[in-house]
Amino acid sequence: MNGIHDMGGMDGFGKAEPEENEPVFHAPWEGAVMAATRVMGANGGWNIDQGRYGIELLPPERYLTSYYHRWLARCEWALVAYGYADADEIAAGRSLRPGKTPPRGKFTVADLGRVTRRGTFYRETNTAAKFAVGDRVRARNIHPKGHTRLPRYVRGHVGVVERLHGCQVFPDSAAMGQGDNPQWLYTVRFDGRDLWGPDADPTVVVSVEAFEPYLEAAT
Amino acid sequence: MTDHDHRHASSDLSETELRVRALQTILIDKGYTDAAALDAIVETYEQKIGPHIGARVVARAWTDPAFRKALLSDATAAVAPFGHGGTVGDHLVAVENTPERHNMVVCTLCSCYPWDVLGLPPVWYKSFAYRSRTVKEPRAVLREFGLILPERIEIRVWDSTAEVRYLVLPMRPAGTEGWSEEKLATLVTRDSMVGTGLPRSPGARP
Repeated sequence: MNGIHDMGGMDGFGKAEPEENEPVFHAPWEGAVMAATRVMGANGGWNIDQGRYGIELLPPERYLTSYYHRWLARCEWALVAYGYADADEIAAGRSLRPGKTPPRGKFTVADLGRVTRRGTFYRETNTAAKFAVGDRVRARNIHPKGHTRLPRYVRGHVGVVERLHGCQVFPDSAAMGQGDNPQWLYTVRFDGRDLWGPDADPTVVVSVEAFEPYLEAAT
Repeated sequence: MTDHDHRHASSDLSETELRVRALQTILIDKGYTDAAALDAIVETYEQKIGPHIGARVVARAWTDPAFRKALLSDATAAVAPFGHGGTVGDHLVAVENTPERHNMVVCTLCSCYPWDVLGLPPVWYKSFAYRSRTVKEPRAVLREFGLILPERIEIRVWDSTAEVRYLVLPMRPAGTEGWSEEKLATLVTRDSMVGTGLPRSPGARP
């Protein structure tokens, strides 16, 4: 979806503000939201793409708060959307009826490794990659209403394939509960002036990771 | 921060804190997890997983040419022994700064970051300013970090739009000949591994 989350190239958000000696969390509730959310991912409550889509579905005024405010809103939404709590329980602040068993069961301290070690997104495939390193490709001018990982700022632009990353879970499908639908993944490099016009910094090169369905051959 | 400072009339907790408390209560009541597991996750990211892991990787690459080569060809495999608990996850790519090229990492769509080797991302990395501008005017963003690079250097921006994660391998500072890996690691800052900074100079205060 062409949401507020797709921020590459936007103006008006001010300056980057590095913070000296920044703490990992700025308040205990931030860590608590992170942990609650990671638990529901690790026990299989929802996948990472469904989680990201949950944040993208927030209305812009709720999106434009803070990172952990978004995580909190997303966790409340996903618990209901994926059947792990009901809206009246979120409102009441407690459980009113038994929950459903997550695919990987209750998450305990013994499962910590499932949080601290990233899983693999590689998947088997029997298709050959359509593009090779050095090929010129155009990011398709597509505007899916659901979840996608093709940022707007590269759509319609021609780049060069720089690296292949094998076949991986396709977020556009996984986020919508349509399975892994594995697709070849490429790093595609774009010239800064091609993206941002002739006045842009000529020394800038930008790449994105693009799944094969996002790309078409270019001359 | 919308409701952060709204104190609830009947308690000392803000609305946000009450919502988080509710979330924890529901997860525990329904048997999805327990309080000890939630605490353990927070403690892990506060105390065990952080940029010190990446700093050791970089220092090793500076002192061991075979490791540097392995890191640049398959960072996931090369970095595996450095992780908390002996492993880090998949899909890590290391990109090397050179006198001709400076690398910078961003995630314009959310805030993807190499948690395994750098810990949780700082607020600036997740900020709308960084996410929106880095792909378009990276030199202006770098200036806000106090980093001014010669105009002849290519700025290579990596937008982490899938599950691939990037670690910048900065250049080893001059004047560190003969330094041990451990001592070199003290010069490697988090920002230098994201591309918004350079390693400390020897003699500079940590």
